[in-house]
Amino acid sequence: MYLYEIRDILDAEVIAGKSRMDREVDFAFGADLMSDVLAFVNERTVLLTGLTSPQVIRTAEMMDLAAIIYVRGKRPDAASLELAEENGMTIMCTPYTLYTTSGILYNAGLKGIDELGVIK
Amino acid sequence: MSQDMVSLNYRVNAEDFAKAGDASSNTKKVLKKLGIPSDITRRAAVVTYEAEMNIIIHSNGGEIIVNIDTTKIQIIAKDYGPGIPDIDKAMEKGYSTASDHVREMGFGAGMGLPNMKRCSDEFKIESEMGKGTTVTSIIHIPN
Ligand SMILES: Nc1ncnc2c1ncn2[C@@H]1O[C@H](COP(=O)(O)OP(=O)(O)OP(=O)(O)O)[C@@H](O)[C@H]1O
Ligand SMILES: [Mg+2]
Repeated sequence: MYLYEIRDILDAEVIAGKSRMDREVDFAFGADLMSDVLAFVNERTVLLTGLTSPQVIRTAEMMDLAAIIYVRGKRPDAASLELAEENGMTIMCTPYTLYTTSGILYNAGLKGIDELGVIK
Repeated sequence: MSQDMVSLNYRVNAEDFAKAGDASSNTKKVLKKLGIPSDITRRAAVVTYEAEMNIIIHSNGGEIIVNIDTTKIQIIAKDYGPGIPDIDKAMEKGYSTASDHVREMGFGAGMGLPNMKRCSDEFKIESEMGKGTTVTSIIHIPN
């Protein structure tokens, strides 16, 4: 699924990486604990989170994640946005909660990482 | 081939959340620039980042040393205490002594050390109470 498709179905506002919406992701993963992200995701995954600290961006950077979606109207702080721009990441904010966001994406065909057989 | 060796050294201060991730980010950039394959680079980045966060969160401060040659990446994370009382327990998935405050920042899943081990080809923890902890990880670079 393309990032611009995700933006549209989530009524999301893109606040970083607007020019990189033509990238494709295969999986989504929702988490507020960063080591869970580092344990489970690969670079074809979009991260859904409600945590706004710069550590989220750092974590995404380590895994080469293309995009982060902040749920329930949360917005990352200025330090996070700067880091995201530096690392060529796309950041979106959706008004929907984590559960609803997940449901919308799942319905639209974006898979969960469970299909990977989890920890490699 | 010692002339092909690159050595990086970072001081990591206890509770320095503002700089958290700088050492790992820089290490990752160096590995990329050296042309190390991206999956190997990612594994090294995860090890370095988890090690950096553990020093910041759980220790009195320490350092991270990264030695890179043509065959492997060696990551050494050492701190000046307080040490880990039970290493087997610390290695269990989900075991964490992180405070609520740390959890609110996104840490304390108890997955850091297991992640580091999974991403390493060789992995070792040495710890002495009152002295400090040294975690050593080696990741082979296929030629
Ligand atoms: N350098 C260290 N010094 C002292 N204790 C440590 C150190 N590193 C880890 N520990 C102890 O081992 C436990 C497990 O560490 P681990 O990295 O697996 O999880 P965590 O740091 O608690 O959470 P996460 O890494 O998932 O954010 C820690 O909660 C802490 O009690
Ligand atoms: Mg940890």
